[in-house]
Amino acid sequence: MPSASDPRPAIHVEDLSVTYRTSVERRPTLRSMIVRAGRRERYVHEIEAVKDVSFEVPRGSVLGVVGANGAGKSTLVRSIAGILPPTAGRVEVNGRVSTLLALGVGFNRRLTGRENVVLGGLAAGWSREELAAKYDDIVRFAELKKFMDLPMRMYSSGMYGRLAFSVAVNMDPDILLIDEALSVGDARFKRKSFRRMRKLCEADATVVLVSHALQSIKDLCDQVIWMHEGELRMWDEPDAVIEAYTEFLEVGEDAVTMEDV
Amino acid sequence: MSTEAPQRHRLEDEFTSEHHVYEPHKVGLPPIGSYVRELWRRREFAVELARTNLRSQHFNTVFGQLWLVINPILLAGVYFVLVDILRSGSRGDEFFAHLMAGLFAYYFVQQSLQQGVRSVVSGGRLILNTAFPRALLPISAVVAAFMRFVPTFLIYIPVHLITGLPIGPELLWLIPIMLILVVFTSGMTMLVAAGQVYFRDIKNFLPYATRIWLYATPILYYAREVPDRYDWMLSVNPLAPIITSWSAVIDKGSTPPLDDMLLACAWALGVFVVAAVFFVSREREFAVRL
Repeated sequence: MPSASDPRPAIHVEDLSVTYRTSVERRPTLRSMIVRAGRRERYVHEIEAVKDVSFEVPRGSVLGVVGANGAGKSTLVRSIAGILPPTAGRVEVNGRVSTLLALGVGFNRRLTGRENVVLGGLAAGWSREELAAKYDDIVRFAELKKFMDLPMRMYSSGMYGRLAFSVAVNMDPDILLIDEALSVGDARFKRKSFRRMRKLCEADATVVLVSHALQSIKDLCDQVIWMHEGELRMWDEPDAVIEAYTEFLEVGEDAVTMEDV
Repeated sequence: MSTEAPQRHRLEDEFTSEHHVYEPHKVGLPPIGSYVRELWRRREFAVELARTNLRSQHFNTVFGQLWLVINPILLAGVYFVLVDILRSGSRGDEFFAHLMAGLFAYYFVQQSLQQGVRSVVSGGRLILNTAFPRALLPISAVVAAFMRFVPTFLIYIPVHLITGLPIGPELLWLIPIMLILVVFTSGMTMLVAAGQVYFRDIKNFLPYATRIWLYATPILYYAREVPDRYDWMLSVNPLAPIITSWSAVIDKGSTPPLDDMLLACAWALGVFVVAAVFFVSREREFAVRL
């Protein structure tokens, strides 16, 4: 475990750029590639998702990430998680990371909740003993005791999200990365997850929270970055960034944007 | 640059749980040492995934497991009758044993490929959510196929005894040959699994490919019976030397021919290295391609 005296920031992002190529089609096939090559159409296109972004997150704090759809928020968090490689620059992460980036613990809706939790945990590098020790906490926090042995396709989206969140926070992470996951639970579960995240921070953990729910960002974060078209537009106190961001959205801080939608 | 050396050192920590540094290596390979270490550390995941997948296909029920052995036996029977008719009924019991053993080994390859081709693409959410060595996904398909192979091989043993094929210490050669087959199959499975990410119709071509491959491999006939004008077919088929060695041990209880064994090793290692480099150098792109 990194000690409290460790002077290094939990996350240090330096001149990070992420560019990736993806296919034009949702479901690329050999056949369509041959057809497209015949017509001399482009088969792949390049996306500059993150451009030259630098910031750092001190240990024990919560960083909020806001920005419009397609601003590069998810790509940024994925590269902090080590899922997407940087094209340029570097990312340094000090601590054990737990992620909640795509909704659902993981795998396969045909499998039961229990199987998904076990597979997700093993993939993330936990041992069977660690998993067994945490399993009851995960189920209790998600309030899904009766559903763990049912296939996950029978879960509601709220249950899906609750289990995913519960897995992520119950693994005692030093660093928790969350991508728009708080909107799935009901108000009560949301309050519960806020409390849990604060508790993690008091225990010196670091949280990165991507959300469109500006009120959540305001309530939880110590600092906020605003991503715009892959660039870091602003990095400041929550109030300042949210004011500038809502002004940019030309909507003002009305109920719709502040609400957790 | 003077900073080069310490950075390279820190790169070693790719997947470890405490300190991570991520730097560009999109087209290159991640550090092999730590990749293999992390792969080994999470071997439980590959086994658990294989077991879970078999379970979700109902192979934990009595009839499911029964089907697991009945199906290949039925197919071996059908192929035997077919080949025997084509040869005007001249095939004996020992040919049935040859066909059955070869077919079961071949089904291991086929099952690996068929499960493996989907392994990365259907791993969607896990890949989007978690950083782990993606090679675990195709490897898990190979593990599952092996779990299905073992009971079929147990069924083969009485057939071997009844047909009176030779029994002796030479049969132990089946173990290294199986090992070669596993290495080769792991390579092929990684290739199709990575390929499927880029071309989603590989899955549709695969059943045809594996059927043709079966016919081009000396299973439904003896390698020595292949006419000269089709010799090229065996010489370009990487499975031919492996299955020929396998059959030499099964049919004659003899040490497999050295040239076939060497060729088999060369194919297996070659395919495995090429496939592993291709897969691992591409795997970090999978998250944006799904």
